[in-house]
Amino acid sequence: MLHYIGRRIMQLIPVLLGMTFIVFLIIRAIPGDPAQVILGQQASEEAIKALRTTLGLDNPWYIQYFDYLKGLLTGDLGESLRTRTPVVDEVWPYLAATIELSVFAIIIAVIIGINAGIISAWFQNSWFDYLAMIIALIGVSMPIFWLGLMNQWIFSIELGVLPTTGRENVRDPVDVITNFYVIDTLITGQFDQLATVLKHLILPGTALATIPMAIIARMTRSSMLEVMRSDYVRTARAKGLKMFWVVYKHALKNAIIPVLTIIGLQMGLLLGGAILTETIFGWPGIGRYIYEAIGFRDYPVIQSGILIVAFIFVMINLFVDLLYGLVDPRIKYD
Amino acid sequence: MRKKKLVSLAFLMLLLLATALYGCSSDNASDNTEGDSGDSGDSGEPKVLIFGRGGDSVSLDPIAVTDGESYKVTKNIFDTLVNFGEQDTEIHPGLATEWEAAEDGLTYTFTLEEGVKFHDGTDFNAEAVVANFERWAAGNADQFPYYGSMFGGFGDEEGHVIESVTATGDYAVEFKLKRPQAPFLKNLAMSSFGIASPTAFEAAGDKFGDAPVGTGPFKFVEWKRNDSITIEKNADYWVEGEPKLDQVVFRSIPDNSARLNALLSGEIDLADGITPSDGATVEGDDKLQLFERPSMNVGYLGLTTTREPFDDPKVRQAMNHAIDKQAIVDAFFEGRGEIAKNPMPPVISGYNDSIEDYDYNPEKAKELLAEAGLPDGFEMELYAMPVPRPYMPDGQKVAEAIQKNLADVGVTAKIVSFEWATYLEKAANGEADAFLLGWTGDNGDADNFLYVLLDQDNIGSNNYTYYKNQELHDILIEAQTEVDEDKRNDLYGKAQEIIHEDAPWVPLAHSTPLLAGGKNVVNFKAHPTGSDKLSTVDLE
Repeated sequence: MLHYIGRRIMQLIPVLLGMTFIVFLIIRAIPGDPAQVILGQQASEEAIKALRTTLGLDNPWYIQYFDYLKGLLTGDLGESLRTRTPVVDEVWPYLAATIELSVFAIIIAVIIGINAGIISAWFQNSWFDYLAMIIALIGVSMPIFWLGLMNQWIFSIELGVLPTTGRENVRDPVDVITNFYVIDTLITGQFDQLATVLKHLILPGTALATIPMAIIARMTRSSMLEVMRSDYVRTARAKGLKMFWVVYKHALKNAIIPVLTIIGLQMGLLLGGAILTETIFGWPGIGRYIYEAIGFRDYPVIQSGILIVAFIFVMINLFVDLLYGLVDPRIKYD
Repeated sequence: MRKKKLVSLAFLMLLLLATALYGCSSDNASDNTEGDSGDSGDSGEPKVLIFGRGGDSVSLDPIAVTDGESYKVTKNIFDTLVNFGEQDTEIHPGLATEWEAAEDGLTYTFTLEEGVKFHDGTDFNAEAVVANFERWAAGNADQFPYYGSMFGGFGDEEGHVIESVTATGDYAVEFKLKRPQAPFLKNLAMSSFGIASPTAFEAAGDKFGDAPVGTGPFKFVEWKRNDSITIEKNADYWVEGEPKLDQVVFRSIPDNSARLNALLSGEIDLADGITPSDGATVEGDDKLQLFERPSMNVGYLGLTTTREPFDDPKVRQAMNHAIDKQAIVDAFFEGRGEIAKNPMPPVISGYNDSIEDYDYNPEKAKELLAEAGLPDGFEMELYAMPVPRPYMPDGQKVAEAIQKNLADVGVTAKIVSFEWATYLEKAANGEADAFLLGWTGDNGDADNFLYVLLDQDNIGSNNYTYYKNQELHDILIEAQTEVDEDKRNDLYGKAQEIIHEDAPWVPLAHSTPLLAGGKNVVNFKAHPTGSDKLSTVDLE
């Protein structure tokens, strides 16, 4: 097991290294000069030149790349060209905001998606099955932008029950400790704030959960249908076991593995792909952080931001792979 | 049997969902205060104004930045020596109660307000002003970009206008200039030159922008990046009776529609960046009011004068006749703007109103094209801005309208667009035949439009059309040091005639940027520079 983990982590190195290289090349291939963007339209030619020198943008790209790698080895993710703050120091609040939102979304997606999938498979071709699969189809093809604005319209403006944007009530701000506001409010024991924070999570969380939820439901259904036809399920039913236990205990255990993979992938995608949701709901997450950095040609932020997201992505997948063993003891790692 | 189980299962799921939702929204009552607490004007309740805007600030050290979103906040934390008027760019006293300019324009003596304290409790006095200018002059273009561009450079540099700043008394400061600078006072009024506490910036070094200390109506409290910036009332503010509000929170909500939604639901009290098309929605809502920011911008179609066929002034004039500006202003600015005939808006002193604009006249345009040897028109690329800006709410649609106008005179325009930074770089490199762009003034001075945008010195930076005219250059340079207001205005009047004749642009519009707020917001006056001082704003 430990050997397996070790090997998997070793495999990460070339993956991440290759990724830094590709990202590095792409962002330098797009035109646009960070010095010009930082100093604005008013800047003089000399000012831009001077800034390019201070930022090390004068060096050939491969020297810049090796400088960057050298920094990475010492844990230095570079310094934002725009705010002049080390990425390591400023990235955490954004990352935490996105993780909190993604975890909330994936919980919704998993609870509803898996159950909908199971029930659809259990009562295949019933009205529930059709309805659930139609909703799932709509879900996968849902434009998040439209959905988000509509939800704001219905739940915030018309019904007035949920806030439109942001993470907290700014009139009663959360004392930041970990930057996970749910945890912070629990630590400080501010339960009314906790309720507010959870309410702020609902609209962006459900918008973000829509697509993974649909995908998980469809995956669970097809995987369950396959298992339900197997011999051991028939045996379980033949010996008179209650259908509920057959489905949720026996069948689910074998059907869940491909679903786990999907969940892992979706969770990774949520972390990096929440830009739209973060924009509509004014969520100060890492997607927006990186996206805005692209507009400013803030190379270190783009590079290191993507690196961090990619790192988490592969770690989640490693974690999911390890989870298989727990769910299915027949799977061995060596 | 099967049916029964389905029902019970569905019930179970419903229960689960209900529990989850209950947990999320357990106390509706306490949370509803979020939208409404701003309404209560009772003396007991703190008055908190929430200002929604499109982006976050870059830094709260005003001298270190050039972006409007930073100034929106720093304007309320710092004071400047002199102030702009409430809704114009006339010069009024600020931290300086009065000032005297020598006849030759080389010496300015300021008398400072007494008894003013910085937020950290240290005294504001002549020494503090000197310390600020010394800090800036010792910097470079990378640290303090606007100091360099407004005062010509740093330290011993040739172009640096300020020779010395000395304290001639506890509350008297003398500026000596190397040569007269006409917009000197207007420069000093810019948000960038807010006077900071020397004790604080010496201690904080380049981290000053994270914990700014000024003399302004509000003190810095907290900054949650990309989310919110909170400032609170400076109870010892030196202007009697100000500020009215206890707290202001600037929230970044990037999406325009979402920001309007937040305003409609009462989560924010003021919203910036209302699009012209949303203006009507706001006006139709009896809980909201619309604010117009006096226009200090210009949106234009630039014609790159080094590229064929735009190297021929006749072709450029033909373009001016071909485009129906009124239709564009009506359709895409929803009437919230006026047609531009000069490169700067009428509010700016020196505006030449006697210039007669090129009328919309396709026949005339065709004649001019024929005279230029292009009776059958030509093909060109038209750059459409990828991002909305106050001076150009929808670049793509404006480009389409222009494309249609040009087709009517036989010119085939292909619309192209790039991501914003790429767009600017390509335009600055002179790669565009014709491009949409605009400018919002910094200090309300004609120099800030005409010299910056159209002088040959600025080719490669803001003179994207590569337009070059020696006569114009001489006039603009002369005007920079001309301290006699009337003579200076005459020079700018002449400059605008030359530009009109050479037609490097098709000036399109001076738009009116819109803001919206709840009806309970009183005394809010949007400033043309884009940064609003909120010290007199109140909530009812």
